Amino acid sequence: MSAVVAGDRRRTIRRRLPWWLLAVVLLALAFVWVFPFIWMLSASLKSSAEIFAGGLGLVPETLQWENYSRAWEDGNFRVYLLNTVIVTVATVVIVVVRCALAGYVLGRYKFPGSRLVIGILVATLFVPTGYTIIPIVKLSLELGLLDQLSGMILALAGGANVASILIYAGYFRGLPQELEEAAIVDGAGFLRTFSRIMLPLSMPVTATVGILTFLFTWNAFFLPLVFSFSNPALRTVSVGMQAFVGENSTDWPGMAAAGVISLLPIVLLFAFMQRYFVEGIAGAVKS
Amino acid sequence: MASPSLIAEATATKPAPPRPARPVKRPGQRARERRRNLWIYAFLLPTFVLYGMYTLYPMVASYWYSLVEWNGFTADQTFVGLANYQAVLADPMFWSSVRITLLFLLIVAPLRVFGAFALAILLNSPRLPFTSFFRTAYFLPVVTTTAIVGVVMRFILDPASGPVAAVLQLFGAGPVDLLGSSSTALVTSGVIYVWKFFGITMIYWLAALQTIPRDLFEAARIDGAGAGKIFRHITLPMLIPFLLIISVLTIEDCFHAFDLMQSMTAGGPFFSTEIIEIYIYRFAFAATIPQLGFASAAAVLFGVLVLVVVAAQVWATVVSRRLRARA
Repeated sequence: MSAVVAGDRRRTIRRRLPWWLLAVVLLALAFVWVFPFIWMLSASLKSSAEIFAGGLGLVPETLQWENYSRAWEDGNFRVYLLNTVIVTVATVVIVVVRCALAGYVLGRYKFPGSRLVIGILVATLFVPTGYTIIPIVKLSLELGLLDQLSGMILALAGGANVASILIYAGYFRGLPQELEEAAIVDGAGFLRTFSRIMLPLSMPVTATVGILTFLFTWNAFFLPLVFSFSNPALRTVSVGMQAFVGENSTDWPGMAAAGVISLLPIVLLFAFMQRYFVEGIAGAVKS
Repeated sequence: MASPSLIAEATATKPAPPRPARPVKRPGQRARERRRNLWIYAFLLPTFVLYGMYTLYPMVASYWYSLVEWNGFTADQTFVGLANYQAVLADPMFWSSVRITLLFLLIVAPLRVFGAFALAILLNSPRLPFTSFFRTAYFLPVVTTTAIVGVVMRFILDPASGPVAAVLQLFGAGPVDLLGSSSTALVTSGVIYVWKFFGITMIYWLAALQTIPRDLFEAARIDGAGAGKIFRHITLPMLIPFLLIISVLTIEDCFHAFDLMQSMTAGGPFFSTEIIEIYIYRFAFAATIPQLGFASAAAVLFGVLVLVVVAAQVWATVVSRRLRARA
């Protein structure tokens, strides 16, 4: 009896062994994958001299916390981070609200022109961003929005976001018809039906759209760059990073600290909300 | 001047004759339907305004700009017809940027599509340990800000004191300036681009794999099919339809490497990494006298190129599927 069990175990080990070897290879690869971030974290706590000595040591001799205060105060990252938070949060709110409203009526109602609206939206699904930027700048300049955070927010929130609208539309279309009928019997109007019944039910979609928009906006570079050309006080972290390196090309530890400050929020968000990131992105393929 | 009427024109919906929902209408019903439609248009209003101002109008306007001579400072836009297009097409630097863009695509897209495919197959296996950890690790670069990663990479690849140089020295290579020499800069930035967005392609493939019903595998295993047979006769055929959509998404992505290139090499050294987006940027924003008409013409041509490449991909897939069906 025990001999049989031992033989079984040996066979299991022989079958599992290649998978463990593969796991070791993938582990090494994963280390290469996250290495730039580890290096950045370690460089942000080293002294300049220590970095310029080169070498591969990842543990700083003494932790140089003043790198962070330098990036925060002298490098202006206090301002850049605040700008990024304001712009990102406002953009996410606008995009979620407008996509939920549009998705709701497109997904649940037939009305004159509904086909045309969907047609126009889908037609612009692949707009190269490279060339809409010139008219956007010109338009913002004429409306007096070019040197304002609000102008940057509107431009970021005015992107196509077709995918988000379609995700909402598909979700609302799938909700049962009885919900409306019950609401009408209770005397709820159009607006109340939406805000009290439909919107709370669409929380999973809101999480996905919100997170993807957050990711897109937090990491945006081109629009904030163009909008803050003439006003450095409007820089977001991605633009501020270029400026910081341009002005302090020898301050590697300060640069690394600025990088950690800029990337930490989005990485933490990813760590806590992983499921929504992956679902949102995978949804693009499935649909 | 972007007149509001232009926006209204672009986004106006044609009032269609109201379709009766039911053949017989009570008088109160029509009023209710009209009120409902008003609500519907009110719900669409924010999207109309924002999307009209920042997506639709700019698309139309950029085509117009490509037909005028304009430096952006002054109000005078002189209509020059197709002269901008002639000038762009006559510029050898434009063709060089087209070539660089396509080369970049050829370096990045296959690595991403097929490399991520292989990894997704492995990570999808129930026998592999730590799969969720691997998924997180490979996906991590995707969520980070490209423009910041580009700067960090400049330091990591620094020939004097960056860690990559230190590793190369261990293997006995002399100081190599991967981003600083025009012969290696494009390939290096391509590899970095693969690293940055590999995780997103991997998630696409994993999503595709999850659409295969589990009991198919079970049934095949009961029939005594080995892993290789299962892969060839079940996994591959089920995934073929996804190959098109995933490669189109990836190619689309490779055309838009502006953030990384601008922050890492800014098109240099000696224009060796000047993809079209950087070329357009140079004429529109980085020049002392912007040539917005010229840049818009280059951008419209770029949009055409993207469409052509994606259409060619779709066409090739359809043709190959027909051939296979005939065989």
